[in-house]
Amino acid sequence: MDDLLADFLTETNENLAELDVALVTLERTPNDEATLSFIFRLVHTIKGTCGFLGLPRLERVAHAGENVLGKIRDKALTVTPDIVSQILAALDCVKSIVAHLGAAGTEPAGDDADLIATLNATASGQTAAPESEKNPEPEVAPASALTVTPTAAVQTIRVTVDVLEDLMTLVSELVLTRNQLLQLARSQENAAFSVPLQRLSHITSDLQEGVMKTRMQPIGNAWNKLPRLVRDLSREMNKKIELTMLGADTELDRQVLEFIKDPLTHMVRNSGDHGLETPDERRAAGKPESGRISLNAFHEGGHIIIEIADDGRGLAIDRIKAKALANGLASEAELAVMSDDQIARFIFRAGLSTAAKLTAVSGRGVGMDVVKTNIERIGGTVDLKNKPGHGTTFIIKIPLTLAIVSALIVEAGHERFAIPQLSVVELVRARREADGTTESVIERINGTPFLRLRRRLLPLVSLSGLLQLGVPQTDDDGAYIVVAQVGTNMLGIIVDRVFDTEEIVVKPVTAILRHVTMFSGNTILGDGSVIMILDPNGIARATGIGAGGEAKPAPVAATEKAHSGQKTTMLLFRANGDQKMAVPLGLVARLEDIPRERIELSCGEPVTQYRGKLMPLVPISGNHDLERATQPVLVFADRDRAMGLMVDSIIDVVDDHLAIELGGVRPGMLGTAVIRGEAMDIVDTGYWLTRAATDWFDGAAPAGQDVRQRHVLVVDDNAFFRQLLVPTLGAAGYQVSAAAGAEEALRLRDAGRLFDAIVSDIDMPDMDGLTFCRTVRAGGAWAALPIIAMTARAEPRDIALGRAAGFTDYVTKSRREDLTEALRACLTEPALA
Amino acid sequence: MSIDVLERPEAVIDDERVFVMLTVAGQTCGVPVASVRDILGEQAITRIPLAPPEIAGSLNLRGRIVTAVDLRRRLNLPPPPEGHKPMSVVAEHGGELYALLVDQVSEVMSLKAEDFESNPPTLEQAWAVFSTGIYRLEDRLLVVLDVPKLLALSGED
Repeated sequence: MDDLLADFLTETNENLAELDVALVTLERTPNDEATLSFIFRLVHTIKGTCGFLGLPRLERVAHAGENVLGKIRDKALTVTPDIVSQILAALDCVKSIVAHLGAAGTEPAGDDADLIATLNATASGQTAAPESEKNPEPEVAPASALTVTPTAAVQTIRVTVDVLEDLMTLVSELVLTRNQLLQLARSQENAAFSVPLQRLSHITSDLQEGVMKTRMQPIGNAWNKLPRLVRDLSREMNKKIELTMLGADTELDRQVLEFIKDPLTHMVRNSGDHGLETPDERRAAGKPESGRISLNAFHEGGHIIIEIADDGRGLAIDRIKAKALANGLASEAELAVMSDDQIARFIFRAGLSTAAKLTAVSGRGVGMDVVKTNIERIGGTVDLKNKPGHGTTFIIKIPLTLAIVSALIVEAGHERFAIPQLSVVELVRARREADGTTESVIERINGTPFLRLRRRLLPLVSLSGLLQLGVPQTDDDGAYIVVAQVGTNMLGIIVDRVFDTEEIVVKPVTAILRHVTMFSGNTILGDGSVIMILDPNGIARATGIGAGGEAKPAPVAATEKAHSGQKTTMLLFRANGDQKMAVPLGLVARLEDIPRERIELSCGEPVTQYRGKLMPLVPISGNHDLERATQPVLVFADRDRAMGLMVDSIIDVVDDHLAIELGGVRPGMLGTAVIRGEAMDIVDTGYWLTRAATDWFDGAAPAGQDVRQRHVLVVDDNAFFRQLLVPTLGAAGYQVSAAAGAEEALRLRDAGRLFDAIVSDIDMPDMDGLTFCRTVRAGGAWAALPIIAMTARAEPRDIALGRAAGFTDYVTKSRREDLTEALRACLTEPALA
Repeated sequence: MSIDVLERPEAVIDDERVFVMLTVAGQTCGVPVASVRDILGEQAITRIPLAPPEIAGSLNLRGRIVTAVDLRRRLNLPPPPEGHKPMSVVAEHGGELYALLVDQVSEVMSLKAEDFESNPPTLEQAWAVFSTGIYRLEDRLLVVLDVPKLLALSGED
């Protein structure tokens, strides 16, 4: 593409953006001569330049548009919404041609005869007259920020963004080198270079500021499409909408600007589409006919706050509730104790659109969750305030720039890490007071640390433990707790030491480390050492914090989806005195209350006659009280056999996300999980089944046909199911290995590991089960292995999809007998072709 | 020197090639000089938690962050004796810089094509994967390391 054309495209694109705004202004104030001549001049420039460059199609469209504008300027025509629409249509046509020019370097083939004919007809006054009574009401005052200032007297030169980016990188390096020099100078007193170094330091700071400024753009640049959008929306929806924009000159980094452009557009569209009511509804509610959407941007403590407010009907809390319930995002009981604002925040979750009817504009089920994800990706947050009947306000908080962030430097396990200051709320020092109060003391439940912080229990995670630094946590006393905000959840990160804060330049981590989600980047500190930057979102995800909370952050839409299906229905019961325990309800066949007289002893072990057979009863606590009138029993059944687990009492059945803290627990327990805010032991059913009868699973094992033990690989991202399946399949006579994800499994394949069969989950982050199966089938040592899909979703459509991807069989999670049956079927016969 | 190699006509390159010679666990190896960006002495390396075992950490090379890959671990070799100070050969792969930690970097040498042989079939698998062939030097054998393959660590394949 030649330079002339490239310059023309850049300039035209800028002009077109300004034209949209100016035309909407013109529609509101038809007699504003300054705006009119500004518009005329821009269209004229476009027309003139394309004649010069030999772009006939563009020229014809621009010419027809200019004709109409010329008539308006000469007062032969009055401005009506229809005329403005026609000119906007002409501009859209110009835009699409320009876009094609930019991509291909030539005008697209096509004919704009219809459009040109319409414009010409308007110019000759044929259709303008009957529309003139539809003039916009004069009482609508022009919005202040919409005033166009067509003064182009500022001296500017055009520089490509690449040059600025390079400059920014160089300056970042310069800052780092300067910091290193300063550190050196500090250790040498009276050095001859200390004075020039001071000067260098100042100049570097000024230079950094200057270069940062070149990257800054007014937020209005992200807004200039909105007046047009709102105008089109109001005509399409037959609503009257006023758009006010305040603080359009608030500046922020262009990189950030790019990121928020789409979310902002989406939110304004949402407000106009289903936030605001129709004029009739508004009149009935005693509100002015035209609804108002206002945007407000301002600086606040190193961040930019953007508020998007409407004075519409507000969010329908009841509908969100019903939707959240229907989609399994929360249970009735959970919803009952939530505040309205908490419920309103469900709109940030995937798959929850409250638009009662789908319109072309919004309500398509994607939306606010994507908005939230995009904003969180740049380290921002989004929240809302809802006043039923009076409107909704969304509040976005984003950092000024992504290039340089302020970070807290901490140490854990003799390594230093940076935590972005944006997510740090406060620092707490753990210490034991002489008076024995428990404030600021780390307390533990089954080894899991917690801190009481202002009457709230703060979940803690040890950084050295999480990152497997191999250094045991030193004494709690004197440790620091970095209290971090992750979405709406709080999390305490235990570190050994805290240094100061430092301005750091975020650099992306190398590609081979992208899977370690605990890091958001790395950087070089003032002393020249490399340091990893922690991602509090990643840490929270890794620890399962937020999984049980009411407003789980949605860091990535895909992950969110994978987890939303993983609420597990748990049966809670009491055993061992007052201890609370839980077991997945799906594993329990029945609950029985067995009268004492029906419990007999067989070889000294308690049994009962149950459905015509003897069922062994196993006490979950060692010494069991057989003197009670009735004995509550959880019955586990497999084919024609059953066993009963004796417990003290049944408490409840709850739906909750299950995040098990694993390891170091008693036999018979998988670990401890927090359910409904309480720590509970999770029962390992496989263990108790084998306790009831050591031959329990013998029937399921490929009896005697093959002496060699079959080796099964279990692929599931959910630690709970891995922990459940490994002992269960082990008891069924298989040798079992587990992988925490498809990639880990593929690594095993590439390492040459061989298995007889694979059992894989479908919903997994990063690579799902279907892709995994296709990848395995595509070639390699495992291509012909039986692969069994194991999932919570077993609709016929899902099964068909699974079969198409190459799965041998498809079973429902938590139905253990189906799985052992399927495994036996495909291992005793040759694998299905 | 690297430019010289690149600008020579194909035929001549086939005849004679230039290698950076290094040793790892007593074995002499060579890396095509054109793929080497830098040779570094001992560096301060920051450990990266949760990284694959082959990754020794990251280091600061004139303001750029370089991922250090431990050649001994990559080749399934035992760790170096206590107190050993590794040197690094810096190479670019996929737009990023990597430092291969080796025991010693000795010299740069031109090697004749007639002394080259493809991997002998008995070469251990761990080596054969990362070797493009062998040069017969007068007093010893030199393994030509396949740098792109060494740096193609899991996570991107």
